[in-house]
Amino acid sequence: MTVLARERDSEGGATSSTGSTLLDTVLRFRALGLLVVLAALVAVTAAVNPRFLSGSSIRDILLAASITLLLATGMTVVVLTRGIDLSVGSVLGLSAFCTAWLLSENPGVSIPVAMLVGLGIGAVCGLFNGSVVHFGRVPPLVATLGTLYVFRGVVYFVAGGSRINASDMPAGFLDFGSARVLGVPYLILISLVVLALVAVFLSRYRAGRDMYALGSSPEAAELAGIPAGRRKLTAYVLCGALAGLGGVLYAARYGTVDASAGYAMELDIVAAVVVGGVAIFGGSGSVLGAALGAFLLTVISNALPVLNIDQFWQRAIVGALIVGAIAVDRLVALRVAESLRKKGSHVG
Amino acid sequence: MSGTGTEATGQLPAWPPGERPAVRLTGASKSFGSVVALRDASIDIHAGEAHALVGENGAGKSTLIKILAGAHRPDSGTLEIDGHPVEFSGTAAAKAAGIAVIYQEPTLFPDLTVAENIFIGRQPRTRFGLIDRARMNREASVLFDRLGVPLAPDRPARGLSIADQQVVEIAKAISLDARVLIMDEPTAALSGVEVDRLFAVTRSLRDDGAAVLFISHRFDEVEALCDRVTVMRDGARVSTDRLADVTIDQIVRRMVGRELGALFPKEDVDAGDVILKVDGLSREGAYRDVSFDVRAGEIVALAGLVGAGRSEVVQGIFGVDPRDSGSVQVDGQTLPPANPRAAMRAGVALVPEDRRQQGLLLDLSIIRNATLARRHRLSTLGFLIGGSERREAEEWTGRLQTRYGRLGDPAATLSGGNQQKVVLAKWLATGPKVLIVDEPTRGIDIGTKAEVHRLLSSLAADGVAIVMVSSELPEVLGMADRILVMREGRLSGELSRADATEESVMFLATGREAA
Amino acid sequence: MSVEAGRQGRDGLHLSRFATWDVAIIVVTVVFLIFAVTSVQHFGTSQNATFLVLELAPILLLALPMTLIIVTGEIDLSVASTVGLTSSAMGVMWNSGVPLETIMPLCVVIGAVLGAVNGFFVTALGLPSLAVTIGTLALYRGLAFVLLGDTAVADFPRSHSSWTIGTIGETPIPNVLVPMIVLAGLFAAVLHAMPVGRAIFASGSNRVAAAFAGIPVAKLKFWLYVTSGAVAGLVGVFWTLRFSSARADNAHGLELTVVAAVLLGGVSIFGGKGTLPGVLAGVVLLSSLQNALRLANVSSEALTVVTGSLLIISVLAPNILGRVRGVLRRRLRRTHVPAPNP
Repeated sequence: MTVLARERDSEGGATSSTGSTLLDTVLRFRALGLLVVLAALVAVTAAVNPRFLSGSSIRDILLAASITLLLATGMTVVVLTRGIDLSVGSVLGLSAFCTAWLLSENPGVSIPVAMLVGLGIGAVCGLFNGSVVHFGRVPPLVATLGTLYVFRGVVYFVAGGSRINASDMPAGFLDFGSARVLGVPYLILISLVVLALVAVFLSRYRAGRDMYALGSSPEAAELAGIPAGRRKLTAYVLCGALAGLGGVLYAARYGTVDASAGYAMELDIVAAVVVGGVAIFGGSGSVLGAALGAFLLTVISNALPVLNIDQFWQRAIVGALIVGAIAVDRLVALRVAESLRKKGSHVG
Repeated sequence: MSGTGTEATGQLPAWPPGERPAVRLTGASKSFGSVVALRDASIDIHAGEAHALVGENGAGKSTLIKILAGAHRPDSGTLEIDGHPVEFSGTAAAKAAGIAVIYQEPTLFPDLTVAENIFIGRQPRTRFGLIDRARMNREASVLFDRLGVPLAPDRPARGLSIADQQVVEIAKAISLDARVLIMDEPTAALSGVEVDRLFAVTRSLRDDGAAVLFISHRFDEVEALCDRVTVMRDGARVSTDRLADVTIDQIVRRMVGRELGALFPKEDVDAGDVILKVDGLSREGAYRDVSFDVRAGEIVALAGLVGAGRSEVVQGIFGVDPRDSGSVQVDGQTLPPANPRAAMRAGVALVPEDRRQQGLLLDLSIIRNATLARRHRLSTLGFLIGGSERREAEEWTGRLQTRYGRLGDPAATLSGGNQQKVVLAKWLATGPKVLIVDEPTRGIDIGTKAEVHRLLSSLAADGVAIVMVSSELPEVLGMADRILVMREGRLSGELSRADATEESVMFLATGREAA
Repeated sequence: MSVEAGRQGRDGLHLSRFATWDVAIIVVTVVFLIFAVTSVQHFGTSQNATFLVLELAPILLLALPMTLIIVTGEIDLSVASTVGLTSSAMGVMWNSGVPLETIMPLCVVIGAVLGAVNGFFVTALGLPSLAVTIGTLALYRGLAFVLLGDTAVADFPRSHSSWTIGTIGETPIPNVLVPMIVLAGLFAAVLHAMPVGRAIFASGSNRVAAAFAGIPVAKLKFWLYVTSGAVAGLVGVFWTLRFSSARADNAHGLELTVVAAVLLGGVSIFGGKGTLPGVLAGVVLLSSLQNALRLANVSSEALTVVTGSLLIISVLAPNILGRVRGVLRRRLRRTHVPAPNP
């Protein structure tokens, strides 16, 4: 049976397609736009109150940003694979309380060991999330919304309403929370090192590229034989482990830990990642963008009191940023698709 | 059809008969739910051979390919590579065994670069295990040079034309050093120049000892490229021959299983008043300035190549897609754009091209599917009570002789032909004045096909104006009173039933003489 | 064309038809209620029954539109924040002297507007509802705090709040049970017995095919979000009057319980599947389980663990059951010789 074959006329056939596309430009422009917003915000705030740019104020921002940054890095990996982890705040709380408790009971435990314990607790939580998502085929949103409450319940169960104060913890650990090298706090250095490692992993390792592939097209990933299960588990374990590490940093920075540590933090993290240009349905974005998003959020929350704006606005702004960022991204994507459609047409 | 006709036919056979085949599938069966896709199918492909696989849509070619690719596991049957029985646990295993597949629809990662799409999972690495981007891009460039396509390796795959996406897929297969290359209609979206280039590459791969399985609906390409041909029908192998030993006529008869003439029984009907009037319909990037009339009792076919804009036009008429300009009138009444409900109220029905994606709610019951378009009419005081839906579904599935287990079963449990009957039932129940059918017999068995044609013919006799989009020339020639041919978004000509031949339609569809 | 159908009549009882998740959950709920009445102290008392109904009223009301939204394949995580924001707004309006008779309908309108904002982003811009409503979850709660800070407005007239927590005459039947039953019946009728319900299922089962059948999918979803917001506004009024306290953090975290109850009731998170009776059972089961645990002196922390676990299990269990059923079916088929196609 002769089926009418699909063909295109030869004139439109051998299109030469050169490197940089519109989309590329838009993505680059996006990071730039974020920097501009960040700079403008800093400039305005500093104009109102020059002390915003003092050494201690900047250190404050860096300290606060270090924890958001760490968690946003892990969240980016999960979101790239088309997942989400809403349990990070609870994991941070669990890890913060457990490490603080461990240190208060055993003052001899060294800082690296405490960090390993936090990482381990987070990794186990992440493994649980990843298993429910991958083996149980539960949508990531539902799975981690559930574990958000389960892990938090576990913290309450462990803490039982108690609180661990700075005086219970070894001085070395608390010093670590505020120590600086050449004026730069340790905590932000740790976060930046992790950020760099994950950035290299995502851009230069096969497994890292697989994360993008999984989020970009799950069907193509299956045909290409990408081990989806292993990669997803890796992403959730990594995200959990970094949230666990974030818990240790939290304990070191604040000294006082109770069962509500990291409460509702997942919203800030999701906001940072989305504002930083990571596509909520995976496949595109970078940890550097997410880091910019984390910085922007931290600067906003530190700038509010300086600008004499009620702290109660903080949460509303986070919400508006989430909705605004995905809306802007969608509008830009639609515009790009539209222009591609018109450019690629052979009619008229 | 294309100019690649003569050179390869003299080179038979490139494979030494009697040797162990590179791939052999024996007695393979595969069912999906109640649908039997393959029954006892076999094929063997030798190293250094280009082997054609032909058959109608729904003959089981795709399923067979997916088994070879490790994407499906056969329910029964054996697969041998170089004489050793294997069982693929997944596509990765097939890939490792040297089988590369170029699918009909490219599956690329839109967010990754072109080079990365080729090398995903096996990117070249430096000593430290890092991906060597520069080398990866260089190697991709070498592949594109070999294919003669100036594609930039570092651009993202998003926004590539179908032809360019196909090129990336082919480059991927070549880069895999595949010993077995399976090509599922790779030329469907390619231009003549690109087809020639693809064939040159394929021949050189074959001459280097690769086994090539080539699936195509174009016999000139099969003749130009292939050494042997296997014909499939209804999920089983009908025959395997050297191309030199069979004629195209014989192959077609084996594919169809009966004489061509018996298939299409459109009766002559005196055309009535103009029911559907389409005037100057345009949509940027899809179609431009399309105008035509359809009279009561007429079947007007929209012919043309896939991608010519036929489905887009009928979707614009029905209103599921927006249109930029132009008007649509039914019985003199103008339809508002992008409003399928208004079109339905005016008596238009559209049986869409993609049954599974556009036509059916696969998880929902046959009742819900068959009565969806009539849900308001079937209600009493706004409530759907008293079994009105069930009665309606029973009546229409009965009239169309639909085979099912229970009316409450999900539509997914039906075979392709019966699914199509449920979609038809949904729309015929609305009593349309204008019935638009898009590829009404794609992927359904011969028997159902004939039933659908009889049905369309009798609807026309009852005074329904019918627009039929079809890619199957015999269907177009047999069923249509008039044939409108589209090419690149425009109407390129109109043929009456008497004037239409395969050649004249193809000429209008492609803009050049048929081979 | 002959009228006789060529279908293969397979008669007899089809057990699988009755062994669906929502039927199972109804059975489990009844069994649990019997168990709790007989073995949990105080559970069966009329005071506790009244209390339980008041306790589950907000969950049930929010679950009604949530069911419809999830059946269309979307989600609304902002409902609890909408309750909080309308509660705050109610407090602010009451403080500035607006009469309660005006405030109450206004709160429903405010809720509807907040829902329309969600609906706009989801349908007009085509954004993923999950991301949008996570954003508005934060946004609406934040605005609630902006309006009222961490203060509470508590001087609502006694007459209104006592009606809200009161019972019909001398019976233990709470006043609010009547509107609850009416609304539940209305939503059940819409979803299961009216053309728009068919459109809702179709939209969730296959959005494209629904559009090809002339269903205005985006418009439908938009109005569902508006409905969800309006019901949340109503719950805001109820919550404020019940505790006689307008606070920004009212109903905090309730969205989880609502989603958990809906999924527990057998609604598929992927859309296209679910029944309202199943959801009602899910709400009753979850609420009475929490109630019984509280009566048994289990800590409130354990309750969050139970809710979170139930949420996961309600999706996990059908998946696992489905896979087990698939394996069994394949085993069964293998023992039969495949019949040749007609």
